[in-house]
Amino acid sequence: MGLNESWLETGPVGDFGREVLGAAESVGRFAFLVRSTFAWMLRAPIEWRQVLIQMMRIGVESLPVTTMTTFFTGMVLALQTGASSKHFFNEPLFVGTVVSFAMVMELAPVMTALVVSGRAGAAIAAELGTMKVTEQIDALYTLGTDPVRYLVIPRVMAFILVLPVLTIIADFSGTFGGWVVAYVKLGIPTSVYTADIFDNMEIRHFMHGFLKTFVFAAIISFISCFKGITTTGGAEGVGKSTTAAVVLSMASVLIMDYFVTAILSALGIT
Amino acid sequence: MIEALGVRKTYPGRPVLRGVDLMVQEGETLAIIGGSGCGKSTFLKCVIGLVRPDSGSIKVDGTDITRLTRESEIAMYRRRFGYLFQEAALFDSLSVWENVTFGLRYLTNIPAHRYRAIARDKLALVGLKDVEDLRPSELSGGMKKRVALARAIAAEPSYILYDEPTTGLDPIMSDVINDLILDLQKALGTTAIVVTHDMKSAYKVASRIAMIHEGRVLAAAHPEIIKITNDPYIRQFVDGLSQGPIKMKLKEFEPETAEPAGKGGGR
Repeated sequence: MGLNESWLETGPVGDFGREVLGAAESVGRFAFLVRSTFAWMLRAPIEWRQVLIQMMRIGVESLPVTTMTTFFTGMVLALQTGASSKHFFNEPLFVGTVVSFAMVMELAPVMTALVVSGRAGAAIAAELGTMKVTEQIDALYTLGTDPVRYLVIPRVMAFILVLPVLTIIADFSGTFGGWVVAYVKLGIPTSVYTADIFDNMEIRHFMHGFLKTFVFAAIISFISCFKGITTTGGAEGVGKSTTAAVVLSMASVLIMDYFVTAILSALGIT
Repeated sequence: MIEALGVRKTYPGRPVLRGVDLMVQEGETLAIIGGSGCGKSTFLKCVIGLVRPDSGSIKVDGTDITRLTRESEIAMYRRRFGYLFQEAALFDSLSVWENVTFGLRYLTNIPAHRYRAIARDKLALVGLKDVEDLRPSELSGGMKKRVALARAIAAEPSYILYDEPTTGLDPIMSDVINDLILDLQKALGTTAIVVTHDMKSAYKVASRIAMIHEGRVLAAAHPEIIKITNDPYIRQFVDGLSQGPIKMKLKEFEPETAEPAGKGGGR
């Protein structure tokens, strides 16, 4: 190996090159996983038992934390709105409208996605990562199936089926949290609070938030599965994959939220 | 029959297999011996198609795995193999009987209501009873290996590949596993490759022993010939000596120049 080649390989240029190549390879492998998932969905029967197990783990077990989080978010939103409108108009106005619109269109989908990615996304990456480093994924191949079919599809499907449901429940819990503060602390009658909501809200507002959840579900599930099944390096590798899965999922949800909102707005679903 | 010719595999910056030529005849048990990292496990994974060689060919009953590209073809090819993983690789979330019969759904047309009985039979073959409903985490190391062996033979493969079957087991359990390998060989008439660095195991189960060193086959011969060979590399390995042509570095920072040119450095 010549001096120049050696410098290129070991110096900062080499490091940068390796980082770029590594990132490009990861993007390619991620795209391949997504493609392979859809191909297996069409080719082989879906493992419904596994889907149900995952729906329990991702959905039912996440329900308490997503409901509680959005309940308190609704409460704080009502408190802030009430305080602001009191400051300007001398009485709390449109608290129901602000809380319900914010929850249904933005906060419930995003917060539910973030909480579930931290809880279920991390669990998926850790479980699949451990399976990878203990050769259980190789064992799947030798026993006639494919990890995409047996592990990835059930998790992606479960995410896509349960995240919208969790979000609808979060819509209600957030709006209910807002009502508790509006009624108890701000003294707004229930009839006024509900009128604030239903006089203004239309189905398209609900759909705006609801449709986002499918994109978020796909993002979190694919990233978590990808990070899990590409884990290398034993227990430390599992830790790294899990962290990377959560950080990437959360960042991607927040970034994609903007673009999905822009697309839905352009389509008039807003 | 398994026929490997010129199999090469390089992981980033590290050549592992440098042209492996091996033939495994119908019904024989070939033990592949060699130091840690010499490429023997990688070769086994190449045979079953878990690792794709960079070049060379591996023909099993005339089908060359290196030429198969469609996932369905590779899956069909793998049907003839049972594979025992080094750390057993049992599925933690499933019970013992679900582990044993896992492959039946994908590899056979056996109706599901027969799985439990099949699991019981296969577990009996490996000397286990009343463990069907336990979880892998409730089993000892030796029991895990046996369950993994029952899983490997459940779909009645023509070939069984054993990756370090006795590693991590006490001497008595190692011998039990060796006996099981021999019993299965007799009962099922399968062809087997056993990757191991346990010489006692290799002598006991193998009808032929091949030694891989630095990614190449040094020799392949009957165990009795291996026992008396004068080849210094094989001698050093089978006798387990630290001194000899195979240099294992005591410390990672020892200079590579301590090794003779072109040989040694097995780690």
